[in-house]
Amino acid sequence: MVARAPYDGVAVAVPVTVPYRRYSTNTAHWWIGRAVHDVVARAGLRPTDIDGFSVSSFTAGPDTAIGLTQHLGLTPRWLDHVPLGGASGVVALRRAARAVQCGDAEFVICVAGDTNHVDSFRNMLTTFSRFAQDAVYPYGSGGPNAGFALITRHYMKRYGATREDFGRICVAQRTNALSFPHALMKKPLSLGEYLSARAISDPIHLYDCVMPCAGAEAFLVCRQDAARSLHLPAARILGTIERHNAFPDDPIQFRGGWVMDIGELYAMAGIAPGAVDFLQTYDDYPVICMMQIEDLGFCRKGEGAEFIRAHTLTADGSFPHNVSGGQLSVGQAGAAGGYLGLVEALRQLTGTALGAKVAEARIGLVSGFGMITYDRGLASGAVLLAGMDA
Amino acid sequence: MTEPLVRPKRKNPLSKTRAPLLPQGSRSRTALGLTAAAAEGRFALQVCTDCRAAIYPPRDACPRCLSPRIPFEEVANGGTLLAETTIRTSIDVYFRERMPWRVGVVALDCGPSIVTHLHGDAREGERVRMAFKLDRSGQAVAIALPERDTPNMSDDPEWRELTCDPKFRRVLITDGRNAVGQAMAKALSDAQAGIVFVGLADPWKPFPGEQALRRIERVEIVPLDMTDSVSVDDVAGEIGARVDILINTAEHVRAGGMIERKGLTVAREEIDIRYLGLMRLAQAFGPTLRARGADGINSAAAFVNLLSVYALMNWPAYGAFSATEAACLSAAQSLRAELRPGGVKVMNVFFGPLETEWYQTVPPPKVAPAALAAATVDALRRGLEDVFVGDVAQDIRTRLAVNPKAVERELGS
Amino acid sequence: MDPQGLLGFATAVANGSITVIDLSHTLTPDFPTIVLPPELGQCAPFRMEEVSRYDDRGPAWYWNNLSMGEHTGTHFDAPIHWVSGKDVPNNSVDTIPVSAFIAPACVIDISSQAAGNPDYELTVADIEAWERRHGRIPARNWVLLRTDWSKRVGRDYVNMADDGQHSPGPCPEAVRWLVDQRDVHGFGTETIGTDSGQANHFNPPYPAHYYMHGKGRYGLQCLTNLDLLPPTGAVIVAAPLKIRKGSGSPLRVLALVPRREATA
Repeated sequence: MVARAPYDGVAVAVPVTVPYRRYSTNTAHWWIGRAVHDVVARAGLRPTDIDGFSVSSFTAGPDTAIGLTQHLGLTPRWLDHVPLGGASGVVALRRAARAVQCGDAEFVICVAGDTNHVDSFRNMLTTFSRFAQDAVYPYGSGGPNAGFALITRHYMKRYGATREDFGRICVAQRTNALSFPHALMKKPLSLGEYLSARAISDPIHLYDCVMPCAGAEAFLVCRQDAARSLHLPAARILGTIERHNAFPDDPIQFRGGWVMDIGELYAMAGIAPGAVDFLQTYDDYPVICMMQIEDLGFCRKGEGAEFIRAHTLTADGSFPHNVSGGQLSVGQAGAAGGYLGLVEALRQLTGTALGAKVAEARIGLVSGFGMITYDRGLASGAVLLAGMDA
Repeated sequence: MTEPLVRPKRKNPLSKTRAPLLPQGSRSRTALGLTAAAAEGRFALQVCTDCRAAIYPPRDACPRCLSPRIPFEEVANGGTLLAETTIRTSIDVYFRERMPWRVGVVALDCGPSIVTHLHGDAREGERVRMAFKLDRSGQAVAIALPERDTPNMSDDPEWRELTCDPKFRRVLITDGRNAVGQAMAKALSDAQAGIVFVGLADPWKPFPGEQALRRIERVEIVPLDMTDSVSVDDVAGEIGARVDILINTAEHVRAGGMIERKGLTVAREEIDIRYLGLMRLAQAFGPTLRARGADGINSAAAFVNLLSVYALMNWPAYGAFSATEAACLSAAQSLRAELRPGGVKVMNVFFGPLETEWYQTVPPPKVAPAALAAATVDALRRGLEDVFVGDVAQDIRTRLAVNPKAVERELGS
Repeated sequence: MDPQGLLGFATAVANGSITVIDLSHTLTPDFPTIVLPPELGQCAPFRMEEVSRYDDRGPAWYWNNLSMGEHTGTHFDAPIHWVSGKDVPNNSVDTIPVSAFIAPACVIDISSQAAGNPDYELTVADIEAWERRHGRIPARNWVLLRTDWSKRVGRDYVNMADDGQHSPGPCPEAVRWLVDQRDVHGFGTETIGTDSGQANHFNPPYPAHYYMHGKGRYGLQCLTNLDLLPPTGAVIVAAPLKIRKGSGSPLRVLALVPRREATA
């Protein structure tokens, strides 16, 4: 096994969130354009300085990244389109970091943006994947809710997790979101309200589900010396992993790709899980958060519920988790949901948090997951980030 | 336990009829291999020729060894229900109005995991039998049944939505003059059809079996002449909205090929009764059937064609007849697509020679009218689309799948 | 005859002093046709297929295409229809001299006998009894057999049992006598066929067809309203369609009767 090369010299900076809206008559191109504009402006650059461009979007079709270069007037020498849903942020970062490291590009904007028309969600689902068309959509739900309900149900039976355990995750995230200005959910959530909410697909209820919306998230990847000359607070990369279609023979999903490579992540970073100051999981459903807590090494498989009960997950708690509220409280702006955790991690690590701050945040772990094309999430990835002075 | 179906009350004439909606019906071409299996009631998956892996969902390369040789094969249909969920809300309009709806994931004994509809008696953690059925959009979907039959099984709402069970539905049998029509009337009455309308033409012409036919429970005779457009339109005008299953039993069987049968008058009758008769039924009953596909417990469910298996390959001893049957088969395929927007199935029942007078000189095996009727009822209960009844029909089907040219030569020898 | 006579006739029709009586049934799909054993060719029943009705198939017009046999409904039989008449000269509907389509008629009433016995056969004795009351049957007159069978409908009209149809008609001797002794123009009935329902068991089978057509005479069947005609004095207009080598055709049969003679 070849040793993984470190990410020396790479800076991740300029976390940008374009404020979300529940429904928008604008296009994905507009939202992505706003994010690119804001990154360029806050970095003190001009569009002609941008020579690397990575895009993730479900609603930019029929355009992909290449169409957006002309649309937005960019002339990059490195271009990537990352259609990996909730894993998009982590994967886009991995690609852009290597490009900058090798000199293939100097200033890479990574952006995820999606619009949300009244029929966007339904349209996306009907064309999501071949297996979804052939083997999921005809089975009632018209969406991922039933699939994750099955995963949740199985996990609960297998490991004894309860709805209360999942509720704790959602309630803590809502508390975190109350101070985050861009969160679409603005009311507090109690465990009682979580438990008595309307059933969507047993055992998933209303507050287990994200709210689709329109929005965009973005960041800049460049060399550390470039970030310093531009006076940009930045984070550095301690390690990354990525794995897709892991454990295909598991009859139903109860673990993700991180299990295969998590040791390598901590080895690259030279740390143990205890050194992580906050965790940003991909939170399409709370069961997946619990799965990530286990698979990213914070406890053993099946002990996620016990871990949740033994910790407080608010930004000021014993295990800060999804500190701006996660998608479950902020909203899921399509592929931008796969950037949300990473962009918030950058804010925490560069001292530019908009809401609750994690005290002495030096090291953050961001996890990505997504693309449930049939019965399980295929894509996964994770990145350990540190503040520049950590 | 499945709640037994309650006989529906008379429809409130002031309420709007629910318009038919369909579940998502697009499928990749490879996935249509499941539709072919479901049409005949088979449980088949792709099985890799090289490494024997069973594969689901359908795809174009073996996920274990990357072989492209992954044809569909019948496989064992046992499995275990790993997890279930009851969906309570959906953005899909078809399912939205059929909530709550149970689905689950089954670990098949043969390997893959399959997301599936659930019969009400399929319990989490227990063994199940899997089946592929055609849903209202005419595409294959999986449903898990309890390992053993349970009381009132066919009354389960998810199962009933995938089948054309005659129970409490009203049936029109287009011609009661022949033995098949009479056997069909008895079988549908026994299957608890709400009403069995039986069409009779030429009321001035007596026929054998007439008394017994009139005495069958819930049979109502209607004057229906399949060769007369006005007659068909009139009957449709009167009872069309009360026909949920239409079974076309009009027959015209005469031996002879293209050359042998001198003159065209017999051919004209044959075409008039079989092909044009089918077209008259389609035009007169089709639109109302299509509009009533979601109309409650006794919704419009099926249009059944009884076709000679020689529609699929001509038997020159009955050559002109075979050609007319082939025309009817093609017409039925068109009708299938035309009725699909209403979620109404067109079921083609194929059979070889019958134990009836016009096949008198043909040696056995032949199909008795009662057997044909029983097979038709069974196929309606299972929601099949292509049914092969009797040894000859199954034999022809098997041989056609291997080498159609050989069948042509052998039938023509 | 002078032109005034012919014009006088037309005026009389117009002002009703000559009554025109319709002896034809309406052509409808449910009117029974002759039924033969199933392995033989059958007479096509009457069918209409609408072509358009002031609609997208034809905006300003209504019309139909028809199908039927030559022997469907009220119809005319030409001598060529029967094997015995196949070589008679001018034996098809297109070659029969058109003057034959207008001829007087004698109406013989056996309706009360037929009411009691559906298989009643008209005998020579019956005809002689009629002649004693109404005079000798003139040459080249139609003989129309009134049975009131046209008042029956559907199953009663056809009267089919499992040994065949049961309806009245002439016995072989009566037909031969009418042809040989009275030189009749043709034979007309209210039933399906000029022969009785059981005539295939007669000797010869179907004697009305056999003898009439064999001698180049004509047939009319499925007539109605014979009960409105006087025993003598009606003039029948019965012109079949001019079909090339046709054996017969459905047609409008009209009876012209002086008003005081009409019985209804």
